[in-house]
Amino acid sequence: METQSTYNYRVIRQFSIMTVVWGVVGMLVGVFIAAQLIWPELNLAPWLSYGRLRPLHTNAVIFAFGGSALFATSYYVVQRTCHAPLFSPALAAFTFWGWQAVIVLAAITLPLGYTSSKEYAELEWPIDILITLVWVSYAIVFFGTIAKRKTPHIYVANWFFGAFILTVALLHIVNSAAIPVSLWKSYSAYAGVQDAMVQWWYGHNAVGFFLTAGFLGMMYYFIPKQAERPVYSYRLSVVHFWSLIFTYMWAGPHHLHYTALPDWAQSVGMVFSLILLAPSWGGMINGMMTLSGAWHKLRTDPILKFLIVSLSFYGMSTFEGPMMSIKTVNALSHYTDWTIGHVHSGALGWVGMITIGSLYYLIPRLFGRTEMHSVRLITLHFWVATIGIVLYIAAMWIAGVMQGLMWRAVDPDGTLSYTFAESVKATYPYYMIRLLGGILYLSGMLIMAYNVWKTCVGHKPVDAPIPAVQPAHG
Amino acid sequence: MSDFTHDAWGIYIAVITLVSIVACAVLLKTFSTKRVAPGEKVDTTHHTWDEDLSEWNNPLPLWWMWLFYITIVFGLIYLVLYPGLGTYTGYLGWSSRGQYQGEQEKAAATFGPIFDKFLKQDLKAVAADPEARQIGQRLFLNYCAQCHGSDAGGGKGFPSLRDHDWLYGGEPETIKASITNGRNGVMPPQGAAVGGDEGAKNVAHYVLSLSGRTHDSLRAFSGKARFNTACAACHGADGKGNQTLGAPNLTDKIWLYGGSESNIIETIMKGRGTNMVAGGVSVMPAHKDILDGGKIHVLAAYVWGLSNVGK
Repeated sequence: METQSTYNYRVIRQFSIMTVVWGVVGMLVGVFIAAQLIWPELNLAPWLSYGRLRPLHTNAVIFAFGGSALFATSYYVVQRTCHAPLFSPALAAFTFWGWQAVIVLAAITLPLGYTSSKEYAELEWPIDILITLVWVSYAIVFFGTIAKRKTPHIYVANWFFGAFILTVALLHIVNSAAIPVSLWKSYSAYAGVQDAMVQWWYGHNAVGFFLTAGFLGMMYYFIPKQAERPVYSYRLSVVHFWSLIFTYMWAGPHHLHYTALPDWAQSVGMVFSLILLAPSWGGMINGMMTLSGAWHKLRTDPILKFLIVSLSFYGMSTFEGPMMSIKTVNALSHYTDWTIGHVHSGALGWVGMITIGSLYYLIPRLFGRTEMHSVRLITLHFWVATIGIVLYIAAMWIAGVMQGLMWRAVDPDGTLSYTFAESVKATYPYYMIRLLGGILYLSGMLIMAYNVWKTCVGHKPVDAPIPAVQPAHG
Repeated sequence: MSDFTHDAWGIYIAVITLVSIVACAVLLKTFSTKRVAPGEKVDTTHHTWDEDLSEWNNPLPLWWMWLFYITIVFGLIYLVLYPGLGTYTGYLGWSSRGQYQGEQEKAAATFGPIFDKFLKQDLKAVAADPEARQIGQRLFLNYCAQCHGSDAGGGKGFPSLRDHDWLYGGEPETIKASITNGRNGVMPPQGAAVGGDEGAKNVAHYVLSLSGRTHDSLRAFSGKARFNTACAACHGADGKGNQTLGAPNLTDKIWLYGGSESNIIETIMKGRGTNMVAGGVSVMPAHKDILDGGKIHVLAAYVWGLSNVGK
């Protein structure tokens, strides 16, 4: 204990700052490709074309922004709830530099057109190997810290972080299995509909574990901390944790309704997607009810606003998801912008806002301060982001339902009433609203970047001491 | 990867599916037994982390518990009614293929008579019918406009359907045959046959001369002999083309792949319709498996009408 009497905050500071940086970058690319859909002239060069920048956007916001946020918060939470410093600081440092290398390689290879063509797993095999090495190191650091814990019980946030780390390892290795033919080209190990099924088993669990379980871990620490209230129900957390991680695994086939995937697999995917509703909502209830007796704090505390509104969006998306998995609903919604709206109510609303709220709690504490440079700017960020999200998802809902209805409309003679191009033309006004929503959300991130800059600069990084005495029970 | 064709796999997956759903219910039941008596205070779990983190041990909200049970029951009922448990096809006998066929049959029964009426008519008569023209236009915009343009004006490599120049013939029945069975026009590379770059340039100038365009007459003169040996078999000694082969007429002002000197040289050297680089594959896909006879009939009449009705 003499050599390590403080928590290791260095790697957390690095990941936290890069979360803000990659957030700005990823959302800027998102705004640019949203503009390309309105003005195709913006496809200025092959490496700036929509087809190459879209995977760059998704990789940047999911793995660079979301990933860095998960590393930062999980390292913070696991240390503080285990009362132990990070296991192997050297490996922890490797996860930071390795993950940043993955992001930079993605930012180079995707615009150059190197892709495995698997959605959310576009990176080619050499980068996949680097991801695997980083991820195994992450698991060693995280579970090593759990093993060294001074607390008798493992805190609920760590269950979710642990499930997220284990499952993402499994998903990545299985889905990225490929046969390389050259340094930057490989072919999937699977063929045909099996390849599609493996891809969407991965794809939906990337949502379920990367973007849900991991961020629920964040929620379970930062909401009770910021609200200064105990978590609502331990029992509920047990039931919804096990049912969530168990049920998510089955939901992938709903991405392949009415395709070559056998009917039985489609049905099973739909059934488990519906059963997933209650386990998903369990997390929302536990987070929201944690505020019972402290609702008044929502009026004055913008960090709590971010955290609680993120749960509202989480509840909304996890209701919408099961609904869209129903075959008859899916027959209308599939391939339309409704899907884009659904994804962004989860991404901007849930993942983005829970991350932003957590970082506003976390960053001042990493620099020996009690709060951010400007609380008013947090409030401003909250409103700009909220309006941005509402514009974005409302526009995509309307556009999506309109597209679905236009594509299926037939005249009395049975011929299609509209051509595909007519549905594109009808979508332009909604693309404009979506772009505006995206610009607002990006503006919020820029406000955050300024606030973070003013909070950090001129303040010494501080590593908090580990409490010497075991806290008393009860 | 081999396919899992043995019957045992069906049982295997059905058992796992059912056990998994029931496991959710058992988990829920196990943790929902304890309720709070009126007036009883809920306690925490007596664990503390990171100075002040603790957990109440509130019972599961009843509405949430019932929501969970309802989805489980719905799931089980669904798997009885629809295919989902291995090879069991479901009580209702529903399948996505069956649904598709059912919708197709219903559409055929509803809309078939409209097209049957036109099928009995001559193509030229259909072309003159305003109702058929409206149907034909909607079909054209959905099935043809992607290549031939929404105004049927065509583009590089895609013929205009508004002029009177036809690669394979412009009679209504010929157009119908083009739509039904498709067309595959290939011009092979002729670089070697015309004597390399220099020869290609000479032949290009001869081709330019055929439609009376500006050309180098000396080159055209040397190109003529090469044209006769390498090109005339398809395009004809007079360069007027051959509709049986789909060989374009070279004496008019209409150019499928461009009529400049460099365009023509590229066509001669690389050929057309043989690969994606040199102007794409010049394949008109067959539509007999995409559209039924009635729709093709109306469409053929519409396309013929584009250059023959009201002009």
